[in-house]
Amino acid sequence: MAGLLNVSVSPHVRSSESVEKIMWTVVACLVPPLLLSVFVFGIQVLLIAGVSVISCMAVEAISQKALGRPVTVKDGSAALTGMLMAFVIPPGVSFLLPILGAVMAIYIGKHLLGGIGYNIFNPALLGRAFLLATFPVAMTTAWLVPLTDGAIFSYFNSGVDAVTTATPLAVMKEQGMDAFRQQFGAPSEIYASFFLGWRPGCIGETSGLLIVLGGLYLMWRRYITWHIPVSLLGTIGLLTWVFGGETLFTGDPLLAILTGGALLGAFYMATDYVTSPSSKTGQMVYGAGIGALTVLIRLKGGYPEGICYAILLMNPLSTVLDNWFKPKRFAPPIGGEK
Amino acid sequence: MDLFYLAISATFVNNILLAQYLGHCPFLGVSKRIETAIGMAAAIIFVTILSAIFTWSVFTFILRPYDLEFLQTLTFILIIASLVQLVEIILKKKSRVLYNALGVYLALITTNCAVMGVALLVVRKEMGFVEMLVFSSTSAVGYALALLLFAGHRERLQISAIPKSMQGTAIALITAGIMSLAFIGFQGMAG
Repeated sequence: MAGLLNVSVSPHVRSSESVEKIMWTVVACLVPPLLLSVFVFGIQVLLIAGVSVISCMAVEAISQKALGRPVTVKDGSAALTGMLMAFVIPPGVSFLLPILGAVMAIYIGKHLLGGIGYNIFNPALLGRAFLLATFPVAMTTAWLVPLTDGAIFSYFNSGVDAVTTATPLAVMKEQGMDAFRQQFGAPSEIYASFFLGWRPGCIGETSGLLIVLGGLYLMWRRYITWHIPVSLLGTIGLLTWVFGGETLFTGDPLLAILTGGALLGAFYMATDYVTSPSSKTGQMVYGAGIGALTVLIRLKGGYPEGICYAILLMNPLSTVLDNWFKPKRFAPPIGGEK
Repeated sequence: MDLFYLAISATFVNNILLAQYLGHCPFLGVSKRIETAIGMAAAIIFVTILSAIFTWSVFTFILRPYDLEFLQTLTFILIIASLVQLVEIILKKKSRVLYNALGVYLALITTNCAVMGVALLVVRKEMGFVEMLVFSSTSAVGYALALLLFAGHRERLQISAIPKSMQGTAIALITAGIMSLAFIGFQGMAG
């Protein structure tokens, strides 16, 4: 009889969703692009990704222990940071770099600022920005050439450790469109090969298809909404179409979206709950802002790829945007809105 | 077009606060609340532009013709200090709330290195009048932008569970460092 009467405090309606479940689902969504990258670039990718994930989780555990907080490594947020960080650094770098990046991302970027939920900046991108500022040469040249016939096998047989090359955006920026065509083929071939993943770049920029599929799955699970990715990619496409070509309105919007980390950033980085606005209007403005800054940096800045810095620059604005675009109250307080 | 690039460069690329590290005193001091930060930003913009105009005029029409360039630092300090006193008197009469909110920081603009830095940079780069106007106003706007962004942060930092040893200025400096890391993204733009 006593078991029938349950007295409990609210909430009474519970959902099976938890931080843990969401984080590990996102990590799982990133596994297919990672496997493809291993196939494209070779086994070294797996080493970088493994070191990055493990060092992020280790730094999380150590800093939580040191700060006297409950250790929550199992919630997957550190693993996700490690995964995303591995996705945005060149696959040919020394494995010491992700370890340093993990300290910056997790200890300084997250735990000193108050732990999960309080980080103002996206930790993975912070790690990348830190590495790019500290090791500029390694972080901009250590790209691997994709080998179409299964790099993972030839890697073991060849005596060469790694052959480096330039990324498509860097070629386009430094040598112009003609060199780009020469190296990567006609536009229609480019779209196909870039979408499927046979091109030099970060792990996260290889296969647009798998990134989009993962993103759509997250949307279907309602972990993310369409607002940020659509407004972000739309702005990149639109602005590149207008300003990206030799004259106005001759840019190639599809190429701009497919190259660089635009897709990864739009679906996995800009949609991070902690560092993006909560209101839908705020999210649209946030996404559009990232898109505009990305195009600005790509076309006018010193770096071929801009989405990392664009997201970091918009992160602190998310609080401001949430304040600006507060949803309207149905019943204003007596005496009117303050 | 040169003026446009100058404006972009002064606002973002060579942001006086986050890229040149000038004027950190009010940056850390008045960024705790967004209202005071707005007041401070307005005061900085006003004082920077005004002092740039005055220092530029004095330099071009008095110091240079008489070969007195070596006096520039001294003269500029005097000009800026008296200007700040003027702003203080006006605020005291016109907006008591803002005057009280800014408190000691308004007096500190007297020795704000950002204001002084802009005045000296204008002279060192041998800018004309229009260039000087564009440069000083966009530099000040860049300063205000960084200050307001930072104030938005700090309001959020105050509700975060920051480790005790890191609270206050320590975490503010770390955050400022991260922000200037993000501003590296603008590098290479517009020279």
